[in-house]
Amino acid sequence: MRRLLIDRTRCDGHGSCAELLPELLDLDEWGFPISLTGERDPAVPRSLAAHGERAVRACPLMALRIG
Amino acid sequence: MTTTSIAPLTGTQRVLAVRTESWREHVDALGPAPRLSSDELIRLVDSAGLTGRGGAGFPTARKIAAVAASRRTPVVVGNAMEGEFLSHKDRTLLDQAPHLVLDGLDILGRALGSRRLILATGERIDSTRVRRAAAERPGRLVDVRDLGGGFIGGQESALVSQLNGRAAVPQDPHTPVYVRGIDGRPTLVANAETLAQLALLARFGPDWFRSQGTPDDPGTFLISVSGLTPPSVLEVPRGIRLREVLLQAGVPLERVGAVLLGGYHGTWLRPGTGDVRLCEEDLSPYGASTGAGILHVLSVDSCGLRVSAEIATYLAAQAAGQCGPCVNGMPRMADTLTRLAVPGSDPRLVAEVDRLRGLVIGRGACAHPDGTARFVASTMLVFARHVEAHLRGECHETSVD
Repeated sequence: MRRLLIDRTRCDGHGSCAELLPELLDLDEWGFPISLTGERDPAVPRSLAAHGERAVRACPLMALRIG
Repeated sequence: MTTTSIAPLTGTQRVLAVRTESWREHVDALGPAPRLSSDELIRLVDSAGLTGRGGAGFPTARKIAAVAASRRTPVVVGNAMEGEFLSHKDRTLLDQAPHLVLDGLDILGRALGSRRLILATGERIDSTRVRRAAAERPGRLVDVRDLGGGFIGGQESALVSQLNGRAAVPQDPHTPVYVRGIDGRPTLVANAETLAQLALLARFGPDWFRSQGTPDDPGTFLISVSGLTPPSVLEVPRGIRLREVLLQAGVPLERVGAVLLGGYHGTWLRPGTGDVRLCEEDLSPYGASTGAGILHVLSVDSCGLRVSAEIATYLAAQAAGQCGPCVNGMPRMADTLTRLAVPGSDPRLVAEVDRLRGLVIGRGACAHPDGTARFVASTMLVFARHVEAHLRGECHETSVD
């Protein structure tokens, strides 16, 4: 299973990832993504692969990748 | 120091029994460090069951194998940063047996064909003696580097970052240092005590190594003891009973309120746990570990909440400032605990501490928020009755220590 890898050292809390992937991510009270799957790096099911790619491209700090 | 006898190595005193200052003295006492291939070394360390003594307790053989498998030549770094405020073992080792630590680097470097061997010493360590020792040794020169970085300076990727000329901040764990570390090379980072243990293991073999400790958690380890007794560093077998360590360190047992095991990222244990053995098997039910070998004793007269709030505040201030959940969550968690530490506090703070704890766990690049959250969880568990007292406006603390 491919996972959404969040580079926490880059993330600045813009929040577009949670908007594009509400199934996998929520935002905390400061605007930083929280994994909703209970995994540190949430697994990306095949049905969400396209949305995952979009989230990766949408992150202004390039803090996301799928691997 | 002139002790050259190796007789004490038959007992529980191993790395602390070696007190050799000059190279000549060291070789006379122990002989030169054996040359091993990487396969021989990995087999040796694996059969001995040596684990990292820097805190995480990861099997050293697997760490060596990870860099040995790489096509690029690895860099080996000795970690004597000693960022843990209550730890004194790195300093003790580099003072008493600098050549033993350097032997460990030498053994790893030769086995892995490394051209660069580095020993990183933290800001609380005077590296004069180990520099002198490094200069007089034959073979590859160990580059001794005095670095900073505070509590997290010894975190593996923060250390590598600093050695690469950048700030002492942890890196994204998705690219671990054993893949890309110093100058982009695979990098093996080993704690100073792990290196010293390895230097003796390579000479005396796995059976000797396993003659102390438990079958699942073999060998000896260094433990820095403080509180209710002058700070000291003891070498004890893995699996020794907690009470025995306290007695050896001269702690008056009747005055023990609680003990903090494993340092500021560690776990509080109640006084009734004196029978617990300091090995993985006995400690994991408590969610505890010996960490980098730290035991701090809280007096019965002290308020565990106040002391814990001070530690949490210190830890929040030691954050590298990179990851949002840590930057925002840790000061809030420390502040909430601080308010709870004042008798007569708002009962809603208890749930708020729990909520903030959940918000920082697993959401940083390094284990700093997780370690701090674990420490706060154990504070709330072990001092639960004292939390209730605080909510009623009571606290037994008579004097501030």
